[in-house]
Amino acid sequence: MSHAVDNPSTAIEIAQAVASGATNASTVMDEHLARIEASETEVHAFNLVLADQARQHADALDARIAAGEDVGPLAGVPIALKDNMCTRGIATTCSSRILEGWEPPYNATVADRLANAGAILVGKTNLDEFAMGSSTENSAFGPTKNPHDLSRVPGGSSGGSAAAVAAGYVAASLGSDTGGSIRQPAALCGVVGVKPTYGAVSRYGLIAFASSLDQIGPFTHTVADAALVHEVIGGHDPLDSTSIPQPAPALTEVLDRGVDGLRVGLIDEMMGHGIDGISADVLARTNEAAEALAAAGAKVDRVSIPASIYGLSSYYLVAPAEASSNLSRYDGVRYGLREDGANVVEMNTATRTAGFGDEVKRRIMLGTYALSAGYYDAYYGKAQRLRTLLAQEFNEAYQRFDVLLSPTSPCTAFAFGDKTADPMAMYLNDVCTIPSNLSGDPAMSVPFGIGDDGMPVGVQVLAPATHEPVMFQVAAEVERLAAEAKGAAQ
Amino acid sequence: MSESDLPEGWELVVGLEVHVELATNTKLFCSCPNMFGDEANTNVCPTCLGLPGSLPVVNEQAVHFAMVLGRALGCTVQPSVFARKNYFYPDMPKDYQVSQYDLPTNGEGALELPDGYVVGIERAHIEEDTGKSTHVGGDGRISGADYSLVDYNRAGVPLVEVVSRPNMHTIEHAKAYVSELRDILLATGVSDAKMEEGSMRVDANVSVRPTGSTELRTRCEIKNVNSIRSMGRAIDYEAHRHIDLYNNNDAPRQETRHWDEANGRTRPGRSKEDADDYRYFAEPDLLPLDPTAAEIAAIDEAMPALPQQRRRALAEAAGLVPADVALVVERNQDELALAALAAGAGGAGVVKHLINNLADGAGQLTPEAFAGLVSMETRGDLSSTQAKTVLAELVANGGQPADVAAGLGFEAMDTSELEILVDGLIADNPDEWGRFCEGDKKIQGFFVGQIMKATKGQADGKVVNQLLASRASSS
Repeated sequence: MSHAVDNPSTAIEIAQAVASGATNASTVMDEHLARIEASETEVHAFNLVLADQARQHADALDARIAAGEDVGPLAGVPIALKDNMCTRGIATTCSSRILEGWEPPYNATVADRLANAGAILVGKTNLDEFAMGSSTENSAFGPTKNPHDLSRVPGGSSGGSAAAVAAGYVAASLGSDTGGSIRQPAALCGVVGVKPTYGAVSRYGLIAFASSLDQIGPFTHTVADAALVHEVIGGHDPLDSTSIPQPAPALTEVLDRGVDGLRVGLIDEMMGHGIDGISADVLARTNEAAEALAAAGAKVDRVSIPASIYGLSSYYLVAPAEASSNLSRYDGVRYGLREDGANVVEMNTATRTAGFGDEVKRRIMLGTYALSAGYYDAYYGKAQRLRTLLAQEFNEAYQRFDVLLSPTSPCTAFAFGDKTADPMAMYLNDVCTIPSNLSGDPAMSVPFGIGDDGMPVGVQVLAPATHEPVMFQVAAEVERLAAEAKGAAQ
Repeated sequence: MSESDLPEGWELVVGLEVHVELATNTKLFCSCPNMFGDEANTNVCPTCLGLPGSLPVVNEQAVHFAMVLGRALGCTVQPSVFARKNYFYPDMPKDYQVSQYDLPTNGEGALELPDGYVVGIERAHIEEDTGKSTHVGGDGRISGADYSLVDYNRAGVPLVEVVSRPNMHTIEHAKAYVSELRDILLATGVSDAKMEEGSMRVDANVSVRPTGSTELRTRCEIKNVNSIRSMGRAIDYEAHRHIDLYNNNDAPRQETRHWDEANGRTRPGRSKEDADDYRYFAEPDLLPLDPTAAEIAAIDEAMPALPQQRRRALAEAAGLVPADVALVVERNQDELALAALAAGAGGAGVVKHLINNLADGAGQLTPEAFAGLVSMETRGDLSSTQAKTVLAELVANGGQPADVAAGLGFEAMDTSELEILVDGLIADNPDEWGRFCEGDKKIQGFFVGQIMKATKGQADGKVVNQLLASRASSS
């Protein structure tokens, strides 16, 4: 059965209604908490629901509005954070036993920015342990289910955040995207998901998986909501040295500009010419989106990004290498789990053996190997050179195109257990999304129709670094065209 | 070598790695105070504790200090990249240390010792310090401890590691290198360079080789030397240990060893077998550093006079060689020396008094008075003993040397008066005089002492000695 919400209120609608007094934050919060109450035990989008705190914050916000205060552009909007973003005094687990019980003494920058904009935190969402996975099956606390079909995965690693929006538990949520962990679950859950330009959103307080690839971004019901959330969370943060020293780009104002005259490149390799395993229904929806954009005035042509074929190989050296270093600190000395040992090395080993799941251990071993003396050049060094090549090819493509288009995920949501036995099959889920992480460019997934199994399909809009405005402009048109196509079919 | 020479046929090879804590207000990657001696774990935050989700932001003052030190050591200041050095240790919060690897901030340089010997500098890179462990129980090492306490106040304190070339071949040079580096750190204000507080920590890489060979044999890294003197002892011990091994058809293993000050020996430390591969890679949380030519030029422009330049300047003004004036510069008394020289004093006298009689400071002594005193002594108006007494008075209470000398009743004794005294003394002590004439040097003090007693110290010892010598040669 489906727990996906029909005709949900968007974040923009909620914020306008709350700010104008048409409704209040408490009422909005109660509606959302009621949905959580009704089906969360089945969906398991959350590691932690902060119902009491959320109600208190809603009441406090209503009081401020009653006092005439401008509480910000996300007034009263219920939101959720992936449970790898630090929240002061609130458990932050990365869905790992090794961090169970740890309460950060500080907030992630994005948490503060959302709160300052009037958004209200409802809970912390489930993920593949340390964001390593594409189905949320690697969570130490059990998988999240796809609200459209509880027998299927929501995608991952930000599966909880995608499901929380799709189920109407919150109007918006944040995920993190290292190789597709926002876009792929967005596609599988039928919501909008954005991986901003590397450095566009502060990573301060995001528990690192692969630092040079990780990027925080929103899940929402609409492109306009995603634009609004991006405006709130984006912009320079002095606490993150890799943060782009510029204010967040204005996005909400570009959404109705259409695509007339814009040049859209359909990535050949991801359309059945180079990368195997993209299913026919997903290819068909992507082609239909391209045709619809052409009909709406865009100049659509095919483009080749040859290095994208090697993206997956490069990614599975770079990401585990960085992860092997980032995850060293979970040693049982200072916080989280500690398993006793006869001496410090045995304590470290026992703690990490008990605290990490299989996929995390697999990647730590891969990364440790890739960085080892004598192998660095052949593996990590070569993988980094591929990133440079890929970025060059994208840059060349963007000489001829304003945006690129591709499928987001090679397939629609699959059944639990389908790919857990074969890590490579699971890794292939990210084959279309990984290149953007390697190059640092922005990309987003927009729902476009359904697959042969009736599950949502997402198409991916890619743009050059810091060119979020044109990406959102095209995404908004894709969203309109999807609605038109749906209307025509009914 | 001063402490003990290596056996014939062996040459010492030493390279030094000196960790210097920079005297910044805050830590390298966060805004916690960089403060020694505070209550444990009070100067900490998510970043220096390496809490999940925290990120580093580089301290510009630390980078500036590192570049100042680099330029003071004649290094090439170059574009650099932070790198992670990965290994597990409980006092290292992230279980990796942010350091620099293939692209350090400061490349090749050199350090000239007071005697003119030049020690090559391979690099001087920036890195963060670790926390400090105290192992309770057992022998004080982590392996046998009952439990360990960790203070993270030091975690994230900015360090520069200055790595020398292995081209020091005497203990004296190794000691002079550390001393010179410390003086440079103090002159530039980059560090307070206190070995006893750990703000300057020296690891010595020691090996030996047959004299005349250019090979580099297996080295051992000696840690835990807390003073320049300890370092000298540790190098000496370790070099002899190596030679003994080679002489017994054995060889040292490459390892880290700890200096045991109480027992005067080195002992094996942490085994390096697990830690050999640090899996360095570029730190993705930090941007590369790329100083502009203008920044580097501004550093050179603002560089204070360094010990080497000061030694040269003073030596030239005093008509001496740099090694002769090293101690004066080390004690920061070269300014006084130069002023006294400018006021007309002779170089040798100025330097002699500074080294022998002004070690505790010049007090109320003005350069002019100093110059006057030296000139009076040179002219023979004051004996060296009198000059020392007058100088002490000038240091204590100021004034002019002529006034002070007159006040003390010091007037140079006429040589003819002295001759009468000396002849009388010889006549009164024929046995002693006989021994003196046979070359018994010990009896010389008897004669000089008696004359001094008779003249209440006003006789010039030098003149007395000359008189005694001339009487002996004519008798």
